[in-house]
Amino acid sequence: MSDAHAHSVAFVRESEIPPAPPPVAEAGAVRWVRANLFSGPFNTIMTLLGILVIYYLLSGLIPWILNGTWEGADIRDCREQLQGNGGGCFAVIAERWPQLLFGFQYPDYLRWRPTMAFVLLFLAVPPALFVMFLPRWTLIATAVYPFIAYWLIWGGTILAPIFVAVGVAAGYLVFQKIEKLRGFVPGMGAGIVTAFVIWWIGGFITAAMPGFLALETVESRSMGGFMLNMILGVVCVSLSIPMGILLALGRQSRLPIVKGFCVVFIEFVRGVPLITLLFVANVVLAYFLPPNANFDLIIRVIIMITMFSAAYIAEVIRGGLAALPKGQYEAGDSLGLDYAQSMRLIILPQALKISIPGIVNVAVGLFKDTTLVSVISMFDLVGMIRGPILSSTDWAGVYWELWAAACVLFFVVCYGISQYSQWLERQLRTDHR
Amino acid sequence: MTTMTDPPQAEGFRIGQLIHDTRYRSYTFQFIALVLLILGFSWLAYNASQNEQLQSNGFSYEFLSAPAGYDINQQPIPYTSQDTHLRATVIGAINTIIVAVLACITATVFGVIAGVLRLSNNWIISKLMAVYVEMFRNIPVLIWIIIIFTVAANIFPPISEFRLPRDGSDPDRTLLFGMFAATNQGVFIPRLVFTGLGWLVALVFLASIAGVFGWRAHARKKLFDEGKVVPVLLPSIAILLLPTIVAYFILGMPVSVENPEMGRFRFEGGFLLRPSLIALWFALSIYTGAFIAENVRAGILAISKGQTEAAAALGMRPGRIMSLVVLPQALRVIIPPLISQYLNITKNTSLAIAVGYMDLTGTLGGITLNQTGRALECILLLMLFYLTFSLAISAIMNVYNNSVKLKER
Repeated sequence: MSDAHAHSVAFVRESEIPPAPPPVAEAGAVRWVRANLFSGPFNTIMTLLGILVIYYLLSGLIPWILNGTWEGADIRDCREQLQGNGGGCFAVIAERWPQLLFGFQYPDYLRWRPTMAFVLLFLAVPPALFVMFLPRWTLIATAVYPFIAYWLIWGGTILAPIFVAVGVAAGYLVFQKIEKLRGFVPGMGAGIVTAFVIWWIGGFITAAMPGFLALETVESRSMGGFMLNMILGVVCVSLSIPMGILLALGRQSRLPIVKGFCVVFIEFVRGVPLITLLFVANVVLAYFLPPNANFDLIIRVIIMITMFSAAYIAEVIRGGLAALPKGQYEAGDSLGLDYAQSMRLIILPQALKISIPGIVNVAVGLFKDTTLVSVISMFDLVGMIRGPILSSTDWAGVYWELWAAACVLFFVVCYGISQYSQWLERQLRTDHR
Repeated sequence: MTTMTDPPQAEGFRIGQLIHDTRYRSYTFQFIALVLLILGFSWLAYNASQNEQLQSNGFSYEFLSAPAGYDINQQPIPYTSQDTHLRATVIGAINTIIVAVLACITATVFGVIAGVLRLSNNWIISKLMAVYVEMFRNIPVLIWIIIIFTVAANIFPPISEFRLPRDGSDPDRTLLFGMFAATNQGVFIPRLVFTGLGWLVALVFLASIAGVFGWRAHARKKLFDEGKVVPVLLPSIAILLLPTIVAYFILGMPVSVENPEMGRFRFEGGFLLRPSLIALWFALSIYTGAFIAENVRAGILAISKGQTEAAAALGMRPGRIMSLVVLPQALRVIIPPLISQYLNITKNTSLAIAVGYMDLTGTLGGITLNQTGRALECILLLMLFYLTFSLAISAIMNVYNNSVKLKER
């Protein structure tokens, strides 16, 4: 049939025609522009509006940056140099950057110490953040870092941080030994007692040798600038994660008294603004501490901010705990693990993995909230700009440059953290989509 | 084949069971926790009792009835510096509520627009919105508040430029539409003036708004129960406007708009939005709007594409797909985080103290505290206020959440 038909056809092509390129309007950049920018009248209007907005923003921003001057003694000098060409007076940043970063009281010949602590942060944090890529022993760097950083930033004899570290380490070793023999609770008790004994003894030795390998002491109230934001952020986040875990476990626990306390604490702290808690740190907390104990304001603030973020982290972790299937809890029970073991070995590793994005959100929020300490007249970055710099006769009126610098500093840190968390989420995703 | 179990031994309670028996161990732990808690709190209480300042002052709220002696620049209800601290506190609380409600409304508007536009096909618009969201989410709200305050207080022209010069020539600037004027003292806007029975007109208007919702519910019920299509749009407009207009004329036009007018030195009449209010309102709106945008985006993305395609297969138009299929489902995902954003706004209004807006933190936590030195009482009261606000908001929003959540049968 087909044979017969073939004869009646004059020409049958024997090879395939090579595929032709699509028409110009349907391919490449043109198609992309048509599909994404001008696919209809509404879309076209939006595109034009968008271009207008971008033009408007850039036409202000580009001359401001390019024409700006980085040299000048004060604002009048700046204005003379700029001659009204729309440039920014970045000289204020060039002149005042040490104050923006370190505050105005930190001795300038000691600035290398916080800088060093900041650089070491990049050695200490990766082992905790990239657990799956780095060998486990690098975690030692993370464990040692707080003590080194404290010594570098505050100064004083090295014996104090060493004894604190030794106490923690000895307590942990004792806890491990006793836990194997007698169980979690006696182990914990023995560990805490050991640590306290070592700190107690260490106190005497430190007092006896105050000059041993001592760096020059810097008072807490000399801390300021972006350094203060970093200190508060790092310390409070790292302290509030363990506290948040405890609160979350307490809230999930079957013991009514423990549960009740945790619920009240969490709901109370989440219901009030951070500012009121900072007021508490500033004026009220002193009432409830021993009359002769003069806690640094910075320590009182750390206590309150830690409590604040711990309540939020507790809620995030509670979500993680609730998201685990009941079978995981039953698996722990059926293996004969007690509460502490099943939590530590089965439940928490999974729950924490689920709650990583939430924890990072809280961490970013907390870091931004450290600016609120400027309200109780501590000179963090915002406090420095509002107070000493903008009220000085030299630089009164240079708003944009200073606030832009603050925005850039915070944006870099916060955006970096949030990008890291998104990356981590992709890394830890065990389901295959 | 008899299996005899041992008869249960009638053994008494032993001390060891408190630690080794899981039935009793929880009691032991709770007892220890309770003792530790009591010890901790009594330590705090003991310290407080030893405190000299507390010992001399005692703990009382009597200062609330003493004259406050300071001025408040934003007064929703009448107030003079001779009024009591309590009245100042109430004014602060009202100011907090005002700015919180305003910011919640505008933040929702910004957030929904930005969230929907970020999903737009238009590349430029979606990138612009991404920049907006990332920029505002990653910079502290305190900095935004101060920046906007700086703009409002320094960039706008001074009032003197609106003043009529002596020689009768035109002033440098005139009011926009004869109604609005942006000055460095704040933005002047028209004000509604109620005379006589004017409040009745406002009441009628509020009732009409309720009436519109009633009509919509009625139309929906007709459609679902009887399959009849009842027109909604035109009747709604009629319900909204007609009664108010009728009431307005019957009562003899008791409501009028008072525009700000340039007097000899300053504007007279109208309503003044101070730079601090503008800064707080606007900054909280755009900052929280960026967060709400992400919630809205996540909510819309959570609806599976199959829903949109199914609706399209039924022949629905894109606008209807959005309003009838996607949004009702997305709302279930959006509402819970929206509640916590509203709570955040309410709590963040306390940042007013940084720009001098007299909200609760400014009056009770600021000047009253400093003047009376009653730190403990003031801060306790302050926390209680905010707790009440937060609980009230979450209660109201949870009612709404229950009405939109998935009805499972």
